[in-house]
Formats: sequence, structure tokens, C-alpha cells
Amino acid sequence: MMTELLLDLLLVVSLLLTALCALLAQDLFRAVVMFMAFGLLMALAWVRLQAPDIALAEAALGAGLTGVLLLDAVSHFRQSDSGAGSGESS
Amino acid sequence: MKLLLVLIAAVVLTVVLGQTAWQILAQPTPVDLRELVAEAMPDSGVAHPITAVLLNFRSYDTLLEIGVLVVAGMAGLSMRAVAPLEAPAMRTSDTLLQALLRWFVPFLLVLSAYLLWAGSDRSGGAFQAGAVLGATGVLLRLGGVPLDFLRPGLMLRLGLVLGFAVFLLVAVMGAIRGDMFLAYPQEWAGLLIVVIEAALTLSIAMVLVGLFAVAPAQATERDWPSREGKR
Repeated sequence: MMTELLLDLLLVVSLLLTALCALLAQDLFRAVVMFMAFGLLMALAWVRLQAPDIALAEAALGAGLTGVLLLDAVSHFRQSDSGAGSGESS
Repeated sequence: MKLLLVLIAAVVLTVVLGQTAWQILAQPTPVDLRELVAEAMPDSGVAHPITAVLLNFRSYDTLLEIGVLVVAGMAGLSMRAVAPLEAPAMRTSDTLLQALLRWFVPFLLVLSAYLLWAGSDRSGGAFQAGAVLGATGVLLRLGGVPLDFLRPGLMLRLGLVLGFAVFLLVAVMGAIRGDMFLAYPQEWAGLLIVVIEAALTLSIAMVLVGLFAVAPAQATERDWPSREGKR
């Protein structure tokens, strides 16, 4: 009972922490990585709330695919940034 | 000063949210939904309550959901004309990715099929299976494996609308038989749900991979010639 409560508290705290890190990170790449970590922790939270279906969807869609799409977007930004600075000449 | 404002806003927000949550929690639920679902389970054709709700009792919502996904996929795909979808140079560039692909793709395909099948009596279902299948497609795409079916054409269109079409067909068949729209015949319900879920899985995966494939293709395309030139 006690350990479960502690685990849940740890989960809540780490969820809030990763969410804050994802929101406040200066580096976009770091924000995306934090977002993916948040997604995985959220999946754990769903499991703790006895909703394994949502946990599966969260892990696959929220952390996995959305993370990949966001990572892609970040690399897209970087490319267009460097492309505007130096890529034009080549 | 700014920090103070943010702090005050945070406190106010917390109080309002807390009060709302309290009010919602304090209200007694008018109907015991768990009980209701459990009573109707024998009629649903599947053994897992969540699948029963998603694909039988509230299948109208799922139908609209897949409709929204298909529209989103089409909108994404029609934003730009996609030229070559795979960069041949990428295919041999990363040996680790290649090795991973060889191990992961069969595993993910089996996992996706399992999730689809498991949906009938435990956690799983079309959306999860579709997401895993979509992730497999994304992995293949990252590995530079040619995915010819993603080119704009008949295959892509068919794949995108397959889930919605099958679902709608089943729904309309119910209406034509003189039943209600979306009412499955009782003895066929289990089979129909599996068929719909299989079609949904394919379409969902197609939409996800399609959306992934369209966006970055432009960047890599523009990027590749210049990188080749530098070498």
C-alpha cells in the first residue's frame, strides 16, 4: 500500500517535471525528447489507472509517432535555418 | 514582476481547476455505465468491454473518428505533390539502422497483428495495432526502404479509405436490412467487428505513414543534391 502510494507520487512528480522541462526547454530537440519521456510516463500512469488500452495507445501514438513527427519537424527547422545561412551558396 | 504575475496566474488556475475537479467528483454518476456495459456484453460479439463499446455500442463515434483521420490524411497528402519517397543513398548509409530494421520489422508486424487479434478479448484493438503498423512504416521509411504504395495513386487512395469504406458499408448494410444504421446482425457481430478492425488497422497505419512521409520528403529532397555536391 505504502510502496504503491510512493510509486504513484513519484510518477506524478516525474510527470510534472518532464512536462515542465518539455515546455521550458530552450533547445527544441531537448523539448521533444522530454515530450517523449512524458508520453512514456503518461502510459505508465494510465496503466496505474487501470486503463491498459489507453496506455497502449499513448505509448504507440503519444510517445512514439508524435515524437518521431516532432523530431522530424525539428530537423526540418534546423535544415531550413542552416540552409538560409550557408546552404544558399552551395 | 513578470514572475509574480506568472505565479499569481498559476495559483488562480490551480484553485479554479481544483474547484472544478472537486465539483465533478462530488456529483454522483447518474447511470452505472460499468453495469450497463456488463449487461449488454453477451450481445456485443466480443469479450472485451472496451472493444465492445468502441466498435459496437458506440460505433458511430468510431466511424466519425476514422472519418476525421482519413480527411486529415488526405489533406496532408494533398498539400504537396510527393516526388521520390525514398533516398537511395540512405539505404546503405547506416548499418545499425539496417540491422535494427531486419530485427524489428518482422517483430513489429507480428505485434501489430497480435494487438489487432487481442482486441476481441483483452487490451488492444484497431487503433493500437494501426499505430504499431504505422510506426513500422515510419521505421522502413527512415531506413530508406522504398514504399511504393505511398506514391499518390490508386493504392494509396484505396488504403486510405479502406477502413472508412468497410465500416460505412457494414453500417449501411444494417440499414438496408431494415435494421438501424450501424446495427450489426447479432450472430455476425464478432466476425464483422474483426473485419472492420482489420480494415481500420490498415487505414490508420496508412494515414500515419502517409502523413510522416509527406512532410519531410521535401526537406531531404532539397537537401540531398547539395550534400552529394559537397562530397
